[in-house]
Amino acid sequence: MDLTLTTSEQAFRDEIRGWLEQNNPGAAPVAGDDAEFEFRRGWQKTMHEAGFAGLSWPEEYGGRGASMIEQSIFNQELALSRAPMPANVLGLVMGGPVVIAHGDTEQKERYLEPILSGEEIWCQGFSEPDSGSDLASLKTRAVKSNGGWRITGQKVWTTYAHEAKWCMLLARTDPESPKHRGITYFIFDMEADGVEVRPLRQITGEAEFNEIFFEDAYVPDENVVGEVGGGWQVAITTLMFERAGLGAAAAISVSNSLDDLIALIRERGLAEDPMVRDRVARLKMGVEALRLGGMRTLTRTMKAGIPGPEGSLGKWEWASVNQELGELAMDVLGPAAAVDGEEWTYRFLRSRANSIEGGTTEVLKNIVAERVLGLPKLR
Amino acid sequence: MNFDLNDEQRAIKDTARELLASRFKLDKVRELAESGSYDDAIWKEIGGLGWAGIAVPEEHGGQGLGIVELMLLCEEVGYACAPLPLFSSAAAGLVIASAGSDEQRERWLPELSSGQVTAGIPATAPEDDSVMIDADGAAVLAFDRGEGPRLAEPSEVEISGLDLIDRTRRYSQLSGEGGQEIPGEIDWALAAITIAFAGELTGLAQRAMEMAVEYARDREQFGRPIGAYQGVSHACAKMLYDVEEARSLTYYAAWCADAQPESLPLAASMAKARASEAAWDVAAASLQVHGGIAFTWEHDLQFFLKRARVSSGLYGTPRRHRNRVADIAGLGSLEPATA
Ligand SMILES: Cc1cc2nc3c(=O)[nH]c(=O)nc-3n(C[C@H](O)[C@H](O)[C@H](O)COP(=O)(O)OP(=O)(O)OC[C@H]3O[C@@H](n4cnc5c(N)ncnc54)[C@H](O)[C@@H]3O)c2cc1C
Repeated sequence: MDLTLTTSEQAFRDEIRGWLEQNNPGAAPVAGDDAEFEFRRGWQKTMHEAGFAGLSWPEEYGGRGASMIEQSIFNQELALSRAPMPANVLGLVMGGPVVIAHGDTEQKERYLEPILSGEEIWCQGFSEPDSGSDLASLKTRAVKSNGGWRITGQKVWTTYAHEAKWCMLLARTDPESPKHRGITYFIFDMEADGVEVRPLRQITGEAEFNEIFFEDAYVPDENVVGEVGGGWQVAITTLMFERAGLGAAAAISVSNSLDDLIALIRERGLAEDPMVRDRVARLKMGVEALRLGGMRTLTRTMKAGIPGPEGSLGKWEWASVNQELGELAMDVLGPAAAVDGEEWTYRFLRSRANSIEGGTTEVLKNIVAERVLGLPKLR
Repeated sequence: MNFDLNDEQRAIKDTARELLASRFKLDKVRELAESGSYDDAIWKEIGGLGWAGIAVPEEHGGQGLGIVELMLLCEEVGYACAPLPLFSSAAAGLVIASAGSDEQRERWLPELSSGQVTAGIPATAPEDDSVMIDADGAAVLAFDRGEGPRLAEPSEVEISGLDLIDRTRRYSQLSGEGGQEIPGEIDWALAAITIAFAGELTGLAQRAMEMAVEYARDREQFGRPIGAYQGVSHACAKMLYDVEEARSLTYYAAWCADAQPESLPLAASMAKARASEAAWDVAAASLQVHGGIAFTWEHDLQFFLKRARVSSGLYGTPRRHRNRVADIAGLGSLEPATA
């Protein structure tokens, strides 16, 4: 057990730190609009030119072949310096890794580079109106049609669909097969005919996510990732990367938020209030447990090669800590808290999605109970 | 960076798990708890392995390992709910090794480290009634009655037994001011002791969780195992959440005691506060998962539940530790510190 960085890890961290000091563009403009997105796209371009986008991807695909721990150090430094998120998060965290893991040579050549540069944005078309937690029940249909497939159906809650060139699309290619088997994973071109994206406004007021309607929209065979009918496995890989990708960086940004909150508490003269102090202490412990749990998971993942179901615990923990933090901020601010458009108000409202997006807390508890503790399934 | 036990640490933990499981079957725990005693033969064996001196430097007859290793042994003692004067002897060893005079070290450390004698130590601050652990039967007592830390032999002070609901450990109260001063600074040792104790609490929580999970797999109601109901399975998932948070913070704190002393005050308080709460919450939830059976005297969960409840208040209540965490996190008069 050694929680310090090795000399080479330290050198790597210093390199990143130095680079960020020079290049961090500062906070993005007001959340949720196109200007913000373009700002983040520019930032991703800067990162890519310095070789920092897709750090852990193999060199032949434009990455640096960095170890998981280096990737994690990079993410942490990024969060520590409060640099904005790159625009193409979904491509970097899920799309690219899935193409690397399951794609063929042509797909790797075609898709990876523009993910890194931020030129082509990706979105994740998994959830449907009737298929949320029970993703495998999805109904969007893909019907064989000369050299490709015709897609008909609806997706929902699709983050960045309005900015995206490519959609990681799950559709049912064989309605006769058992529900997990008849699904195929497509890389779908959002500029194709027969696709309509409608923004969905969130409780925060912005429209980060969307509905997508497909009406006989064409996707060629070469855009199938993995086997036809083998999409469920590819989807599982995607979700594992999604939960693992949150990891260390998420802990740092919650930790940043807690520091902001502590400053706010002092400013408001509430540093002596025993109730406030107790909640701050609990948050501090939660934030640290999240950071340390992330390090344990990372160590385990590096040994095993792939993230395991324990990652679900971290996602659950993160959602819970972040929500409690938002609530305390609102209590500290008092009646003025609910002023629309305020930074804390936004963070508070946004945190309500944390226990839903990327797997609801209840579903994560099911995974922990069944796959980590070995309890029976309720079927 | 590597946040996992190394091979040696893993071996220490596994060996302790195995040995304690065979010496402290739950029948044995019950027998000792009901008679309010320890088994001298078992202590002779386990003490003889040098566990109490695991973190005492070799020149004083210890094994020269660290707080991580000691904490792991304590975790296993908690897991077994073992009535055993290990923690007290190890804790006294840490105090004497790090703050005792040369004479005190020579006098006590070799015998304590090899388990030939045991020590009694305080478990609460003087203003909280000076509760002592393992004072009766001990050859030496470390204590602090508000005048600074002291070391005494039992004949120099007065000890009166104290019956707490936890009967897997021996508690007492001490009066009098005999003995000699311990000259050195004991802050580090106190933090290390607190962390080792958090290890014990983590072990108690782990076992109480495993008991619940096993029961939830076997017990059937309405035609299926109760673990298939989310009211039960989600309660079990929350137990793992609590146990793993406690473990992350406790292991980290133990590592800080060995390798990163500047983070120790915060880390120790976080570990103790979290592990205390986890031990109680998990034990209480485990009782609920068991239903009526675990409310009976015949059921073994009571030993874990009671030891968890009592232990959570020793070495600083969770409330006091959280207060300290709030200070160090940035609500104190000092500049905010990072972990
Ligand atoms: C901000 C945000 C961004 C998102 N971005 C995307 C995206 O980019 N792409 C995408 O595909 N999806 C996205 N989602 C969708 C998200 O993955 C789903 O919302 C989520 O999986 C839950 O599905 P649902 O909303 O249909 O709720 P449901 O599945 O209908 O759940 C409703 C309630 O029932 C509970 N529940 C359901 N099943 C069980 C069960 N078996 N046991 C216990 N409780 C259960 C849930 O926990 C929840 O409390 C996003 C969601 C949000 C909030």
